[in-house]
Amino acid sequence: MSAAEAAGPGPRGVALACESVGFVYPDGTQALEAVDLAVAPGARVALVGQNGSGKSTLVRHFNGLLRATRGRVMVDGREVGVRHVAELARLVGVVFQNPDRQIFSGRVRAEVAFGARNVGLSGHALEERVVAALTTVGLESNIDDNPYDLGYSKRKLLALASILAMETPAVVLDEPTTGQDARGVARVQAIVAGLASAGRTVIAISHDMRFVAETFERVVVMRAGMVVLDGSPAEVFAEPSWPVLASTYLEPPLAARVGAAAGLGSTPSESSLIEGLAARA
Amino acid sequence: MTIAFEGVRYGYAGARQPALDGIDLVLHSGSVLGVVGANESGKSTLCLVAAGLAPATIAGRLDGTVTIDGLSTAGARPYELAQRCGVLFQNPVTQLSGTASTVWEEVAFAPRNLGLALDDVVDRVELALADLGIGGLAARDPQRLSGGQAQLVALAGVIALRPPYLVLDEPTSQLDPRGTNLVSDILAGLVEATGAGILIVEHKTDLLARMANRIAVLETGRVVAEGPGKEVLADPRLEDWGISPPSGIRIARAAAAAGVSVPEVAA
Repeated sequence: MSAAEAAGPGPRGVALACESVGFVYPDGTQALEAVDLAVAPGARVALVGQNGSGKSTLVRHFNGLLRATRGRVMVDGREVGVRHVAELARLVGVVFQNPDRQIFSGRVRAEVAFGARNVGLSGHALEERVVAALTTVGLESNIDDNPYDLGYSKRKLLALASILAMETPAVVLDEPTTGQDARGVARVQAIVAGLASAGRTVIAISHDMRFVAETFERVVVMRAGMVVLDGSPAEVFAEPSWPVLASTYLEPPLAARVGAAAGLGSTPSESSLIEGLAARA
Repeated sequence: MTIAFEGVRYGYAGARQPALDGIDLVLHSGSVLGVVGANESGKSTLCLVAAGLAPATIAGRLDGTVTIDGLSTAGARPYELAQRCGVLFQNPVTQLSGTASTVWEEVAFAPRNLGLALDDVVDRVELALADLGIGGLAARDPQRLSGGQAQLVALAGVIALRPPYLVLDEPTSQLDPRGTNLVSDILAGLVEATGAGILIVEHKTDLLARMANRIAVLETGRVVAEGPGKEVLADPRLEDWGISPPSGIRIARAAAAAGVSVPEVAA
């Protein structure tokens, strides 16, 4: 799959930003303390941290599902508070962690068409968009199936296709590799790369540090509603950061630990480790 | 004491192809059997069939036999199956009963249905919540949990049932690394302390490398490899079967291909 196929001819990315964002759920749970985060248009950012650290809460602010109880959330330079949800939906697509919270149609085609229709497509253009999105995730042969006849991993990919079909300038993926086998993970990696090379902004939440290190250019680590580390994979997974990672129960990928043991500096990805070992040999 | 599959074929009602196509496999008490395979290879169906939910409550055709300590699942009553085998579904949200208003009640749902004395139910629930580090969620609404929290609550319900066998379909898929390690420690402890037999489906081969005594590889409804965990995870065909080998093996292979040596680090 080429990068252009993965991303389609859609718009360029938009900037996303949080300024001292705090959020308290109605039951009193303080999910975000004070988050400062600036994501440039076209950036490819992984958001990591333990369960309950505020990752999913944070990304729900970018499409207006949640409204900050403190601070400001900006999409494309304007505060989300003054935007309509429909307007945000055209700018930021969010793929939920649990596909069954997203899927509601009786046919795969209708499921993927729903969002794209709501952003103004119809007729032949809509059908083309649906087929392209399903092809990108590898579900083109399932177009006439009932979503609930698909296995969990395919339902995850279907939920992703529904958002891809909207061609939003920014895409947020909440744990996209959950339940995917090795080929599925490779497919998600290719989709992220394709979106990025088309200039879209991509934010993904993940617990898989190897996927994070191999796929993203920037890693943001959250702990208890705050950002505690923010940098390239080489920076965030470098040995001096390990105590901070450990404070939120994260471990660097094995490649980073092997590279440190070999005195190679920071080698967060397997390819960077092998290159480092080869250069020294 | 075993869950034993003999010549098992299983096709869902209305499906053209069988999901399982000639499975011979044994899960022994006091051990962990890891099951790996590409998506749609039959892993989740294997779980449903192992626990007897298919065909008892999920319509389909079963050929061959599945026995739990000698009891054939085909003619067994639901309570007989529930007493012997606890199941964790892949999507924890589907598992939650929907009848409980608190996490505590949710975890109590299964043991209560065993007809135990109330004190016993309370002990089991408290212990399962404490073991999984989710005592703080006891009063929460089960329908308003994060994915990771829901997965731990669903697992607590299975553990509180204290079945001789546990069948777990990707029990750590939504957990952070700490939760994943916690679950693997608790499962290892259960095997050690109670002699439980655990069948666990996992994509995380790093996790299976630590905890599985034996591993079976599924491909299109068949077992294409089965053996001691370390041997199967080192099988050069693993990637062809759509499975990512553990990180240590991946790195060692890439290093060998590049002609460089890799220093040892603790796993």
